[in-house]
Amino acid sequence: MDLNTTWFLLVGVLIIGYAILDGFDLGVGVLHLFTKDEIEKRIEMNSIGPVWDGNEVWLLTGGGALFAAFPIVYATVFSGFYLAFILLLAALIFRAVSFEFRGKVESPTWRKWWDYAFGIGSLLPAILFGVAIGNVLRGLPINQSGDFVGTFIGLLNPYSILVGLLSLAMFTMHGAIYLSLKSEGALQERIVKQINKLWIAFILLYIVATFFTFFEGSYLFDGILRNPIFWILLILLLASIIYIPIFINGKKYFKALLSSSVTIAAMIGMVAVSLFPRLVTSNIYLNYSLTIYNSSSSHNTLFAMLIIALIGVPIVLIYTIFIYRVFKGKTIISKESY
Amino acid sequence: MDVVLLSRIQFAMTIGFHFLFPPISIGLAWLLVIVERLGWKKKDEIYEKIGKFFGKILALTFAVGVATGIVMEFQFGTNWAQYSKFVGDIFGAPLAAEGVFAFFLESAFLGLYIFGRNKVSKGVHWFSIFMVAIGATISAFWIIVAGSWMQTPAGFIIKNGRAELTDFWAAVFNPSTVIRFFHVVDAALITGAFMMAGISAYFLLKKQHVEISKKAMKLAVIFGLVVSLLELFPFGHESGREVAHEQPAKFAAIQGLYTTQSGAPLAVFAFPTMPPPELKAKIEIPGLLSWLAFGDVHAKIKGINEFQQNDLPPLFITFVSYHNMVALGMLFILLTLLATIQLYRKKLWESKKLLKIFTWAIPFPLIACQLGWISAEVGRQPWIVYNVLRTRDAVSTAVVAGDVVFSIILFALIYLLLGSLYVYLLVREIKHGPEPIEAKEVLL
Repeated sequence: MDLNTTWFLLVGVLIIGYAILDGFDLGVGVLHLFTKDEIEKRIEMNSIGPVWDGNEVWLLTGGGALFAAFPIVYATVFSGFYLAFILLLAALIFRAVSFEFRGKVESPTWRKWWDYAFGIGSLLPAILFGVAIGNVLRGLPINQSGDFVGTFIGLLNPYSILVGLLSLAMFTMHGAIYLSLKSEGALQERIVKQINKLWIAFILLYIVATFFTFFEGSYLFDGILRNPIFWILLILLLASIIYIPIFINGKKYFKALLSSSVTIAAMIGMVAVSLFPRLVTSNIYLNYSLTIYNSSSSHNTLFAMLIIALIGVPIVLIYTIFIYRVFKGKTIISKESY
Repeated sequence: MDVVLLSRIQFAMTIGFHFLFPPISIGLAWLLVIVERLGWKKKDEIYEKIGKFFGKILALTFAVGVATGIVMEFQFGTNWAQYSKFVGDIFGAPLAAEGVFAFFLESAFLGLYIFGRNKVSKGVHWFSIFMVAIGATISAFWIIVAGSWMQTPAGFIIKNGRAELTDFWAAVFNPSTVIRFFHVVDAALITGAFMMAGISAYFLLKKQHVEISKKAMKLAVIFGLVVSLLELFPFGHESGREVAHEQPAKFAAIQGLYTTQSGAPLAVFAFPTMPPPELKAKIEIPGLLSWLAFGDVHAKIKGINEFQQNDLPPLFITFVSYHNMVALGMLFILLTLLATIQLYRKKLWESKKLLKIFTWAIPFPLIACQLGWISAEVGRQPWIVYNVLRTRDAVSTAVVAGDVVFSIILFALIYLLLGSLYVYLLVREIKHGPEPIEAKEVLL
């Protein structure tokens, strides 16, 4: 496996890490938008209170890794999606401060505003994540010199919005499963009911989105049926989806969370397998696509970055697991809580 | 207005606003490392209260720092796509390293520090704030590596129409990295010290939380004196020398040296006027600039007249920001020195005027930080990578002026709101004050 492929894999791992970890944060934020009771709202917020910031770092590191390994993609996509990115950043800013700000003033109006900031700041990224993947799957107007020549409105096409709704359903379900693990009593009962509904919504959206992918991104299916990795991921995906309600209804919430994590990983993995070796497809002409070879950094940089990743990532995983263990168990509102 | 100028305005605004928060976080984090250690080892409840109170301020500041920092990570791609394509082979690595080595560390352990006080042992709790401080400092290191490479690029060749890495360590430890790192981190320590001293002085003046404030003030003042002195020598001095050696045009601009001369004077005070560039009402010390920069009062230093017009940074703003930064740095030494003397004479608690000045001085180090960055980054112009790539060639081609106008207005409004709310909540937190010493933990 050459360095370019290794970095394709590593960027994929970072995106999957982000989607699994910040995925449940975003999902909890979406559920928060529809929660009425103040104590329940605080339990939701505090269930991710000590960990959300670390989870969001996966996005920052993913961005940094993309910049370092595939600078052409970083430059083309981010400047091409300019307005979309600015809106995403605005949402993330409000979401980030809402944790710290919300609890500081005991006024219902103040808290209501920060509920919206937290909720919408979670809803928007959850949708935009899918919209971005939808656009990458169906291809972007990339010209011969590798520049994006489309418009902001062009990004909001029906297919990409459909994938956006799929990612919203997926993250909300994932967040609900996380919450079922961290809550108890009436809140937990209600969440469990929601998980079953969200699970159905997720499956329906997934079927519809897959159906339209045949038309919007037919190139993705070239030769994929002969790729064993694709079949492994598909089996993992189907198995993990089936196990979610089985674990939930058997009150095995942690296993359910692992299942939905595998679902997310397998889905993104299948996207990656079908794109490879392309990173951003051109829908003007397939050969204009940005690939892991024509948009990568030099061998020296990819190698130096690999060393950084091999030293850094294991350390990160060790203390992240340690901190999750400290905060394991049901979320209880205390004096230090948000 | 063109996209280049608009993107520069946006970058200046977003980075300037963002950098109000990291110096407070870094400074307070290190002070809390000391405070929590004392509280843990001496079993001193007062230090624990100081830790809890300033921990809250750290959390609030950190949150706004994180929120505004996200923008920075992506702005190179959104607004400076040509730059990103040209330097991505070098510039992306420190950003990714910052994520892996620093962001995870500080954010993960800040959660543990804030929420874990009653969940982990005192030792682990102290370790968590220590890791926050380490993480924040590593973060400063990697972002300064990136920024310094733009000032004094090294370890690369121009190949395939871009800068390609040839020597990783030469790029990381380019000629300005180390000194700029110490200069910036020390500035953050000064900021933290003045924050702690100023808030404590406020309580002392109000005769509230007296016991807690005396201990915090004492620590902050002594710590502040040490770091303020270090900022003058060696860090400030060496930083100036590095610029004199590596970036002579920038050095001439910030020093207001408009003609080449041997035995160049140090302009302590002046009004720069243009054109022609000239210093009015100046107070100069002959030969001092040559001596400071090259260790010889007769050394020849290049003036502005030596350089092409289109290779020069703006003269007024660089001179003024640099000189005011230095003036503020001297003020920090003076204030902390006076306070330390009064502390030694056991008169600090009665020195109403001095305490009042300390309260007002809370934002001064932040102003000095902003001025320092302005002189450093405006002084780099018209280059985005010094002598390699011009700023005007670095901007995104896919972005139009209207898009940037929209994002500038949006960010300006958001930051105005965030800034006001931060100050409001900070003042509220201060008025609320630390917990009284005898209070017991109550679970809601």
